[in-house]
Amino acid sequence: MTYYVAFDLGLAGLLIAIAASTICARAAFVSLVLFMIYGLLLAIVWVRLSAVDVALTETAIGGGVTGMLLLGAAARLRATKASAAEAGLSFRLAAGALCLLVSVALGVVVFSLPDVPPTLAPIAKENLALSGLGNPVAGVLFVYRALDTLLEKVVLLLALVGVWSLAQDQAWGGIPGFRVYAQPNSILVFLAQVLPPIGIMVGIYMFWAGANHPGGAFQGGTVLAAMWLLVMMARLRDVPAINALWVRQLLVVGPGAFLAIGLLGFVFADSFLAYPPDHAKPLIIIAEATLTLSIGVTLALLVAGPPERMPQQ
Amino acid sequence: MKFIMDIMTVVLVSAGAFFFMAGTVGLLRFPDTLTRLHALTKVDNLGLGLIVVGLLPQVEGLLSAFKLISIWVLVQLSGAIVSQLIAQATQRSGRQT
Repeated sequence: MTYYVAFDLGLAGLLIAIAASTICARAAFVSLVLFMIYGLLLAIVWVRLSAVDVALTETAIGGGVTGMLLLGAAARLRATKASAAEAGLSFRLAAGALCLLVSVALGVVVFSLPDVPPTLAPIAKENLALSGLGNPVAGVLFVYRALDTLLEKVVLLLALVGVWSLAQDQAWGGIPGFRVYAQPNSILVFLAQVLPPIGIMVGIYMFWAGANHPGGAFQGGTVLAAMWLLVMMARLRDVPAINALWVRQLLVVGPGAFLAIGLLGFVFADSFLAYPPDHAKPLIIIAEATLTLSIGVTLALLVAGPPERMPQQ
Repeated sequence: MKFIMDIMTVVLVSAGAFFFMAGTVGLLRFPDTLTRLHALTKVDNLGLGLIVVGLLPQVEGLLSAFKLISIWVLVQLSGAIVSQLIAQATQRSGRQT
């Protein structure tokens, strides 16, 4: 038992140290790398809290996709020299004061939590078998809180629209300005040829296993996105124009299928997003499969950025 | 039999941990990018390899063992390629430290 306590204390100390150095780092690039390490360490914390689903998501999103998004942003900032603008002292003090306020408020809340938290977990677990799912997290996401999950996917699409709306008028509908490395015999090409078959299999497995074990659409979709980005980065496939029909279809197929299943709930079950008892699991699998695909495409296009040039005719 | 397997695990995982420590010291102390990369690849290869081999006697079933070995192979693949890419980038930019 004491080993675990020592490990947890070390982990917490390391996490705080990395968080502090993320804030204190002078260069944006250093700060970003530290932030990605922070995401990976946080994933280990979630594993220690027995929340493996959250740990997988944290690794995929916090350590992976967010890191790539921020690296892209940093590269753009460097190109425009916008990072040279220093914030004034009063701005920094205000930001520090606000952060302190949030931290203190969070601390007060954490320490005033009741010893025995009110929980719905036993009831939720008892009725989980009705959905045919074995993983309680998947049960909460797709049965008890299906509306939240649906809205979450729509928010992801809205975020992509937000990124796209940064495009200049003449580039609208064109090809994202994703940085590709145009070296024909580079070792990156080899990696982009070898890894995707394995990665795609892992991504599909993560979604498939998510019904009964930790995993799910988001984690699987992130792996698919990473594979597609790798292929585009190595120039094995071109970055598609954002007005391509297949891109749009892949983006909406997941949320669309989920919404359609939800609406069918009015007809075949008693309310929106309710599943007919006998067909709950197949319907959830269909929703999750299409969502995995859509999440993968959405995340990859988020990283690819706003369109910058029109396709050559 | 169980005892021998446990001893094997302790010895191999400790050896793996030693390579991790040596690699980290190298990463911190070596003077330029290429030598630091050299230190890192030892960690990926020997450190993780020894830990995986050390954990193999503890797993139940062939599938788990296969998963562990796959992790090592994948880390080997990405580690080797990423260090090549970093080395190439270093050469292109002409910055050695």
